[in-house]
Amino acid sequence: MTEPAAPQGAPSAPPAPQAPAARLPEKWLVGSSPHARSGETVSQIMWTVALALLPTCAAGVVVFGWYAGLIIVLAASSAVVAEGIVQKALGRKVSVSDGSAAVTGVLLACCLPPNVKWYVPVVGSFVAIFIGKQLFGGLGRNYFNPALIGRAFLQFAFPTQLMMPQWPIVTRGSVFESLTGDIFKVASGTPGGADAVSLATPLAVIDPGTRALPADASPLAALGKGMGLDHGADVLRDLFLGNVPGCIGEVSKLAIILGGLILLFNRYINWRLPVAYVGAALVAVLVLPVKDFAGHWTGIYAADVYWPYIGQTLLVHLLSGGLLLGAVFMITDMVTRPTTVKGQVIYGIAAGVIVAMIRLYGGYPEGVCYSILLVNAARLVVEKYSMPRVFGTKRA
Amino acid sequence: MKLWSEFRKGIFRENPIFVLVLGMCPALAVTGSLANAVGMGAAVIFVLTCSNVIISAFRKLFPPEIRIPCYIIVVSTFVTVVQKVMQAYTPDLDESLGIFIPLIVVNCIILGRAEAFAGKNPVLASAADGLGMGLGFTLGLSWVALFREVLGNWSVFGKPITAGGFDPAVILVMAPGAFLVLGLSIGFFAWLQLRGRERAAVAATRFALAEEPAFGPPLVEQFKREKAEKEKAAGEQPSGPAAGDSRG
Repeated sequence: MTEPAAPQGAPSAPPAPQAPAARLPEKWLVGSSPHARSGETVSQIMWTVALALLPTCAAGVVVFGWYAGLIIVLAASSAVVAEGIVQKALGRKVSVSDGSAAVTGVLLACCLPPNVKWYVPVVGSFVAIFIGKQLFGGLGRNYFNPALIGRAFLQFAFPTQLMMPQWPIVTRGSVFESLTGDIFKVASGTPGGADAVSLATPLAVIDPGTRALPADASPLAALGKGMGLDHGADVLRDLFLGNVPGCIGEVSKLAIILGGLILLFNRYINWRLPVAYVGAALVAVLVLPVKDFAGHWTGIYAADVYWPYIGQTLLVHLLSGGLLLGAVFMITDMVTRPTTVKGQVIYGIAAGVIVAMIRLYGGYPEGVCYSILLVNAARLVVEKYSMPRVFGTKRA
Repeated sequence: MKLWSEFRKGIFRENPIFVLVLGMCPALAVTGSLANAVGMGAAVIFVLTCSNVIISAFRKLFPPEIRIPCYIIVVSTFVTVVQKVMQAYTPDLDESLGIFIPLIVVNCIILGRAEAFAGKNPVLASAADGLGMGLGFTLGLSWVALFREVLGNWSVFGKPITAGGFDPAVILVMAPGAFLVLGLSIGFFAWLQLRGRERAAVAATRFALAEEPAFGPPLVEQFKREKAEKEKAAGEQPSGPAAGDSRG
């Protein structure tokens, strides 16, 4: 191992020319663009994102109880610890105070079920930070969204905890109880004193076997029935407010939209990316042909198209699962999204079509995680074809 | 002495799995359990050593134009022997290794050693090379399998170990786990070697800078200042840039 040691005379040349550059004062720093900098710092942005995630986390705690909060705290703190350890071990500057690791941890917790065992978020955060982020070179150099890397790892590492047919929902002490009564308890036949009941998630109701809601019944009624409740009219409200089973961060669409507004007003995200993502997903759900249980075509391919049902189907797809969470917080990740708005729209559309295809034809009920990871991988291609023409050069 | 170094190089410095990155197919496929990994490794040690010896003994008889087919025939003979023996005495192992035993014939590490070493070197050296490479291969497989079996199945050689209520991370016994563990291991060993090399280079640079005043006093001064600062900070790690400079 000693043979590649530098020959005795060789090291003389290189150090000399570098020495003067290092002594220049800060304002004469020579380098490539960008030269104009806003005063914003990484930690400012990250803590704002954390603030935007606050309503989502709060809704998760309200819906699922304190254990969900414990999972969020565990994920965030273990992400911070993992970042510190890994940066120290790799000889990098330890930068846990910029909050990026904490945000990764919270995002990871947001896409975990509320009843996973305590070590699941810990393992997930470590994988997210170590494999998803630091091995690629740290903040700003990762190709994939670290939180989703962690989530994808956990999905295969602990499948029994992450892919359950019945998901819990805690009803006692829930502030939504006053809004919605105790429909869950009544519906599942448990006495009023139950702490928690298990119900199928909205997408799991749509998914098994046919990947479609029946064509001859109201999709909302079918969904309510499938989830174990007969209050067809209330289903939309429950989906919007978050009183449905699901992952910690994905249930309350209201909270996600609030967080999204915070990001929008700070100009951290451009509205076109989430809209392209969600819009493409819905258009694809509308256009892709699916058969129902009885073997009949559904949606716009049904024998007699009944538009109100199609509208309901689209609403169910919009408000179920993690589509909005992914659209607001995951796909808009500053590091992994394309630079230009044009590129972001292409990127969002591609991801949206993938979500719809996984939901309708795939083996998993939800495809948000994989859709975003897949377009993450394709980002450089999108960047290449969406790069603006440099002023003064020829048109292609 | 030379034999010893031929034997030793396959274990760490030129480890087939982590440094040469040859024979990836079994390294990914049969490392789900330690028993499979060790069984596969034993088969490869036997085939590699025997084929190296035969190929090296007859290396002057093989016409250069068709040497590869000749190697393949020698290798497949020994693979057939191994397979028959396994079927007779360890049918379970044969069952679980399945197609990967016949596939040893086209394993890169075997043909690679035949082409790169046994075809050019005397018999004893080739035998040492085959043994060392085979052992390195076995150790590499076992290293990967150890992590995959313990963390992915909570067992060692099929014996369950208590895990205190933790679920095993079953991703590790599935295909993605093989890629993860193998990739991280390759990275880890490359990092170890690189660090050793950098330390040596830095030491040489420091020595040269301190001994030779040819670049003028300021640089030596600067180096001394750096060194003092570094010692004050109690950092034992050598600085990266210095190593880069010395190699550039």
